[in-house]
Amino acid sequence: MSQTNFNEQSFPKGPITTVQGRCMCLKGDDIDTDRIIPARFLKCVSFDFLGDKVFIDDRFEGKGNHPFDQDINKGASILLVNKNFGCGSSREHAPQALMRWGIRAIIGESFAEIFYGNCLSLGVTCATLPAKEINSLMNATKSNPSQKFNLSLLTKILKGKENTWNINIEKATYEMLVSGRWDIANTLLSEGSKIKSIKQKLPYLNNFKNI
Amino acid sequence: MLSRKTLYDKVWDLHTVGNLPGGSTQLFIGLHLIHEVTSPQAFSALEEKDFKVNSPERTVATVDHIVPTKSQERPFKDSLAEEMLKTLEKNCKKHGIKLFQIGSGNQGIVHVIAPEAGLTQPGMTVACGDSHTSTHGAFGAIAFGIGTSQVRDVLASQTVAMKKLKVKRLWFKGELNKGVFAKDLILHVIKILGVKGGVGFAYEFAGPAIQKLSMEERMTICNMAIEGGARCGYINPDETTFSYLKHRPYSPQGKEWELAKTWWEGLSSDKDAEFDSEVIFDASQIEPTVTWGITPGQAIGISEKIPNPQELIDSDVDIAEQAYKYMRFNPGEPINGVPIDVCFIGSCTNGRLSDLRIAAQIVKDQKVAQGVKAFVVPGSEKVSIEAEKEGLDNIFRSAGFEWRKPGCSMCLAMNPDKLEGDQICASSSNRNFKGRQGSSNGRTLLMSPAMVAAAAINGHVSDVRKNFNKSE
Ligand code: SF4
Repeated sequence: MSQTNFNEQSFPKGPITTVQGRCMCLKGDDIDTDRIIPARFLKCVSFDFLGDKVFIDDRFEGKGNHPFDQDINKGASILLVNKNFGCGSSREHAPQALMRWGIRAIIGESFAEIFYGNCLSLGVTCATLPAKEINSLMNATKSNPSQKFNLSLLTKILKGKENTWNINIEKATYEMLVSGRWDIANTLLSEGSKIKSIKQKLPYLNNFKNI
Repeated sequence: MLSRKTLYDKVWDLHTVGNLPGGSTQLFIGLHLIHEVTSPQAFSALEEKDFKVNSPERTVATVDHIVPTKSQERPFKDSLAEEMLKTLEKNCKKHGIKLFQIGSGNQGIVHVIAPEAGLTQPGMTVACGDSHTSTHGAFGAIAFGIGTSQVRDVLASQTVAMKKLKVKRLWFKGELNKGVFAKDLILHVIKILGVKGGVGFAYEFAGPAIQKLSMEERMTICNMAIEGGARCGYINPDETTFSYLKHRPYSPQGKEWELAKTWWEGLSSDKDAEFDSEVIFDASQIEPTVTWGITPGQAIGISEKIPNPQELIDSDVDIAEQAYKYMRFNPGEPINGVPIDVCFIGSCTNGRLSDLRIAAQIVKDQKVAQGVKAFVVPGSEKVSIEAEKEGLDNIFRSAGFEWRKPGCSMCLAMNPDKLEGDQICASSSNRNFKGRQGSSNGRTLLMSPAMVAAAAINGHVSDVRKNFNKSE
């Protein structure tokens, strides 16, 4: 089977039970959202082009050697990280940039809270593993970068060519992802009739006119 | 049975659609304000999902962050800014959303225009993709900032997923002294409770000192609740609120006014409402307050000295060390007398008519000190028009201030107004973060507009109470 081209991948939709694809490693603790996407990209009218801009300043410094520039990582869908990934400013542009680059799941030691929540709202799975196992997973990836992994949310098992890892996913996150309720706009919209009835009850929308 | 609810509880309950997994509430939004910076991605996300705008009639747009304040002629010189405004215009037109456009007489900073138009009213839920949405709580509304995907959610469903906050009442006894303003009060609160003191809470500002404040002063206070970590800040509505709202363009009129007022009167927190926490302040003990560091919590009274690390609690030492270095101040130095390069009067904290009146009172018949660049940016076109009617623009101009067109300007430099190099700016805005005013080593001292005016005249930070005594 041919590799999925990340440009053609569709964005997460509906219930999410598995993530498949290659892994890529990004080592280091406390990687903040400003590094993921620098502040100057906040002044843009669409998220569309953010995929190319992910880690843009780090990549510039890395002169082609940054993980997001290495050919072997093109098309990877699972990102492996260390501690406190996504700390700093709450910008949603950071998970947007990763998602638009092609990342569908992030596995790390720990995540910054707001970043974690922003990922969930895009249907990007954040899972954790203890430091030791992250290391073994990173090593397995490095020794055979082209191997395909299968991350099953239902069994909470990540399966590589030779090994498997038991990953952790928070209960509420798990429930939201596999039920499709992570897609909060849809969930909110499904209450259409209740929304209408609140609208018909609020004094300032009925008894006296505001706008 | 007697009700023991806070205003926050009452408004929350009225707008609750239901409970969501994970402990959030689906909350109906009564008024959704949008601007050019945080709405475009939300509109594209809406279109990506093929959703319509649920309640365009409850949505109002304006343009404020990126507008230049010298000339607002279109197209803007900055093509990115022009594109942002064009996108907003296109989206508003497509979805039938009212846009308070430049030159309409209604445009201005989103947190200035909605109250002055009478759009913000007691008992509403107000959301906007901007953290200073807490401003609207001054009317007894539950108002909070939301992120871009929540802007999309509100556009799509007129609701948002939110966790209910606890309520902390901040009670102010006494009265503010002459020359001490709402800005000093809120900087003092953040100095005492810290920038994280309000995390997880809504702040209810109450007590005799608050009751005496005008609506514009109340907005200054609620505006900065977020800088103290509280996503919402609010004040119970009273006669001051009602008389401010009377005869505003979007306020209820005639018979409907009476209906509205009766409803608004019942919204205040009940006499023996239960608060999750309470702090008591003595307003008469507050002096003009100025920030010396890189967070709004690093503030001191004008007579105080920049604190030594030994005087600080452990968790504040790290950020203090960063602040000494960035600001190039030494612990133990007085803040009074620090030379100033730039003076900025404006922003959604202090860009309203009463702010400009007080500043004008200080600069009248005076001259801006040599070498100081001073400018005034009215918070809205209405503020600008009213101020010009009163001749405030001439007072400022003849003192050597520039008189600009409305916008966010140098509060955050997303437009041509920026600090240069390591300039020190006396600013009536709300954030003194590193680089906030457009230069990566620019320095910001937050203070009241009266204090900014005094700094402009004297060329350095000074105690504005002296100017008030002089003018008497
Ligand atoms: S004036 Fe400043 S704080 Fe207020 S909305 Fe504009 S940029 Fe934000």
